Amino acid sequence: MQHYDTIIIGAGHNGLICATYLAKKGQRVLLLEASETLGGLAATREFHPGFKAAVAHTVSHFSAKVARDLNLTAHGFDSPMVPMPTVGLNAAGEHVVLTGIGVDAEIIGVSAEDAASYRQYRQLLQRFVELLEPFWLKTMPRVGDTRWSSLLTFAQLGLKMRLLGKQDMGEFMRLAMLPARDLMDENFDSELLKAVLSWDGLIGSKMAPRSPNASVLTLLYRMSGELGGAHAIPSGGIESLVQALYSAATASGVEVKIGARVGRILIQGNSDGLKTTGVELADGEQINAARVVSSTDPQRTFLELVGVENLEIEFTNRIRRLRCDGYVAKLHLALDGLPNFTGLAKPDGRMIIAVDMDAIEFAFDDAKYGGYSQQPVMEIVVPSLRHESLAPEGKHVLSAHVMYVPYKLKGGWTEDARAALCQRVIDTVAVYAPQIKAQILHSELLTPQDLEQTHQVTGGHWHHGELSVDQMLMMRPTYEAAQYSTPIPGLYLCGAGSHPGGGLMGGPGHNAARKILE
Amino acid sequence: MNTDNNAKVPAADPFADERLKRTHFYPRAAQLNIRDAWSAWNGYKFADYYYDAEYEYFCVRNGCATYDICPMQKYFISGADAETMLNRMVSRDITKLNLNRVTYLCWCTDAGRMVDDGTVFRLGADKFMLTCGSPSLAWLRKSAFGFNKLSIIDMSDEIAALSFQGPTSCEVLKQMGLEGIDSLKPFNIIHFPFGDSGGNRDDKPLMVSRTGFTGDLGYELWIKPELALDLWDALYAAGENYGIQPFGEAATNMARLEAGFIMPGMEFNEALKTIHFQHDHSPFELGLGWLVDFKKPHFNGRKALLKERDARPEYTLVKLDIEGNKPAEESHLYSDKRCNHEIGYVTSAMWSPVVKANIALAMVKTKYLQGDIWAEIYYVKELRHYSKTVRCTLQDKPFWAPARTRATPPLAY
Ligand SMILES: Cc1cc2nc3c(=O)[nH]c(=O)nc-3n(C[C@H](O)[C@H](O)[C@H](O)COP(=O)(O)OP(=O)(O)OC[C@H]3O[C@@H](n4cnc5c(N)ncnc54)[C@H](O)[C@@H]3O)c2cc1C
Repeated sequence: MQHYDTIIIGAGHNGLICATYLAKKGQRVLLLEASETLGGLAATREFHPGFKAAVAHTVSHFSAKVARDLNLTAHGFDSPMVPMPTVGLNAAGEHVVLTGIGVDAEIIGVSAEDAASYRQYRQLLQRFVELLEPFWLKTMPRVGDTRWSSLLTFAQLGLKMRLLGKQDMGEFMRLAMLPARDLMDENFDSELLKAVLSWDGLIGSKMAPRSPNASVLTLLYRMSGELGGAHAIPSGGIESLVQALYSAATASGVEVKIGARVGRILIQGNSDGLKTTGVELADGEQINAARVVSSTDPQRTFLELVGVENLEIEFTNRIRRLRCDGYVAKLHLALDGLPNFTGLAKPDGRMIIAVDMDAIEFAFDDAKYGGYSQQPVMEIVVPSLRHESLAPEGKHVLSAHVMYVPYKLKGGWTEDARAALCQRVIDTVAVYAPQIKAQILHSELLTPQDLEQTHQVTGGHWHHGELSVDQMLMMRPTYEAAQYSTPIPGLYLCGAGSHPGGGLMGGPGHNAARKILE
Repeated sequence: MNTDNNAKVPAADPFADERLKRTHFYPRAAQLNIRDAWSAWNGYKFADYYYDAEYEYFCVRNGCATYDICPMQKYFISGADAETMLNRMVSRDITKLNLNRVTYLCWCTDAGRMVDDGTVFRLGADKFMLTCGSPSLAWLRKSAFGFNKLSIIDMSDEIAALSFQGPTSCEVLKQMGLEGIDSLKPFNIIHFPFGDSGGNRDDKPLMVSRTGFTGDLGYELWIKPELALDLWDALYAAGENYGIQPFGEAATNMARLEAGFIMPGMEFNEALKTIHFQHDHSPFELGLGWLVDFKKPHFNGRKALLKERDARPEYTLVKLDIEGNKPAEESHLYSDKRCNHEIGYVTSAMWSPVVKANIALAMVKTKYLQGDIWAEIYYVKELRHYSKTVRCTLQDKPFWAPARTRATPPLAY
């Protein structure tokens, strides 16, 4: 029987990254992926003959360090990428357009006052982004751990905060938990601008502008990369990132198996306690390894693959209570030509449909009670403009993240329910791109439940579990599993459910590898 | 208008929901509770004593006596996952528990702090009864999460249970017609026909386990509520010549202390009910290390308990033999006679009539166990208050553990 140093479950970007780091250090690594495609929630698939789309459609804060460490450019990933404008859509074509990165950020479509506030706002946030920068690629201290290395991480944050100066430090403490609504109302007049700027703090989570939680932290997390919060599509598409990660993995000796679904993590017990010894595939094949690293979400990892009989009771219940219901649906349209959005020369930006913050809030309210909004809010890109091979020549793909579509719909996600929502979303897009309906060759709407099915992610959740204060940092996914190691020796986590969280970033994969190599 | 003054409807009891429930034996127990000395246990009206605590204690030690344990919590845990679920919850190895056997055990939080102690009865390959002092359904449900082939039923109100203790208890059960009871070994279970089932030998509604909380020969009788009073009557008829008498909480407390058994609220706090994180206990602190089976690869609290075992707990519960005859109730303990250096406190104390010794259970800081232990005792004599400091001696064995407790067959009377 073959013996591996490490088996990694799941070939999403984090699984690939973790595997590569370990293999580069000489480990024998086997990467097992349940589906037939790589990339997990970043996988690209054909949804209509000749038309492809990726679930995650843009990159905003992929770790530059990971790209460097794994030499991804050599493997075909064009980093740094060209940031795309973010556009707040207005039906009459009076859009708000944000361009540029960091202090070079520009804004069009708002009053001079708002434009000035925007520049200040960006500068303030940028200072906070830098404050938090070192923490995303670090193992968080264990709760109650008083060892120097752990205290140092805290001390470092403290020091960084001191360096901010008294006023900024106070502002940071105040803003960190501030609802997006208050933050925006304090700074801006334009309703559309407020909606657009709050979007990135909210998308992917069960939070709306008025939710008191850490939407600002989420926003700062997303601004952590070289793009300073702007989004981009690599010229080879999201596919090229996944492909580069795969190429880096195999080049460093990682063995990758697709269509290999892990059914169970093998755990052996004797008088020394429990220990991970390998995995059993769905077909019954057992593969041994010194350690197993799971990039599938924490609930699935512990409750399905490990089994509660191998866990402690309170720990199990904390995992059970993780909030994992996804609230983002995906719309994919195969278009006969380039869609024309009123007032936009070219739909090459990231276009947000949310006229004001109330539109977001009310859409959330519907979802909270198990419905979906008749005025859905969403983010749209036309990825085929940048990554031509997604559609046949002259044709295009539209990809939208539709917010506040509940995982659990009252009455269930029947075919009719899905079709009705799909129509509602298309009608909404058509308000801004009036001719689009005639261009649609095919449409597909994926609910969080569909995403759960296809991508084996509990709740179809963007981050594998809410990225909120109680499930963040040293609490992610929960204490006793927040340092990538788990209560079971030889079992580690490396997916979006671990610190720092989801999004195409690579933090969890990178940090887990470092922890394992410690 | 014609109102009938004689037909006044009595006002509904405004406190109906607040009143204590009555156990299945209440009609008989109430009759014998001459002193009306009731307290409460798990919402049930529960006798503190019936006539006189000391008298009842002597009945337990010299004859036989019944203790109404209906308020004790009883759970049926059954299904294909029952054994696995329980085995992960408790620190002993349940897989080694044979059919119709009972075992004493405890269960802990993830941090290795004791949630409760209790007994588990194996009633079938996939069927267990767990009994314990206070409601545990919430913890059981938490422990059950993730096990699908499992049912947990709270049978606390559905089973009438009577503890029957004392040296003549076996004899009385024999007189009652429980054939073969004398060959029942400690911690074994046996089922008997009872009442209407006399004709049908396969119907055995009476379950008897050789268990108890007095350290003496004794049994616990388990039956459906409809047969509770018949059981009481049959037992009291058979026991008439053996001085059968009900005993309450007070006598139980004396007997269990002599036997060295711990009591929640005295020796330990249930971990889920304390606020301060160090006000709960590990089994090692309570001298229950023997309930923790590290040969078992996994159970709740294992990692924390292993650490605790190796580091030794801060306090250890010990048995003390104390000079003189003044019970050391609530005494503080010192390493010196001058009481300058406090090292612990007494949790339960009494003058033991059978042992003829002044005994106590006490929590002592582990690192002082080797040295002198002094108790500062306060006592009252005819309203005059006195105090004295006396020497304490550690005892390893239970104060009271007569051979008759375990003898099979028990002595005949
Ligand atoms: C609708 C949606 C849109 C998003 N859009 C963006 C975006 O535009 N930009 C962005 O940066 N982020 C986006 N995200 C978030 C981002 O896609 C995810 O956070 C990220 O891809 C998670 O990566 P991962 O490697 O941690 O896990 P995943 O990508 O989920 O990978 C886990 C892998 O494990 C596999 N697996 C699961 N169980 C098993 C098993 N038993 N055996 C073997 N394999 C198994 C799965 O098949 C999967 O491939 C989006 C998320 C969603 C849901």
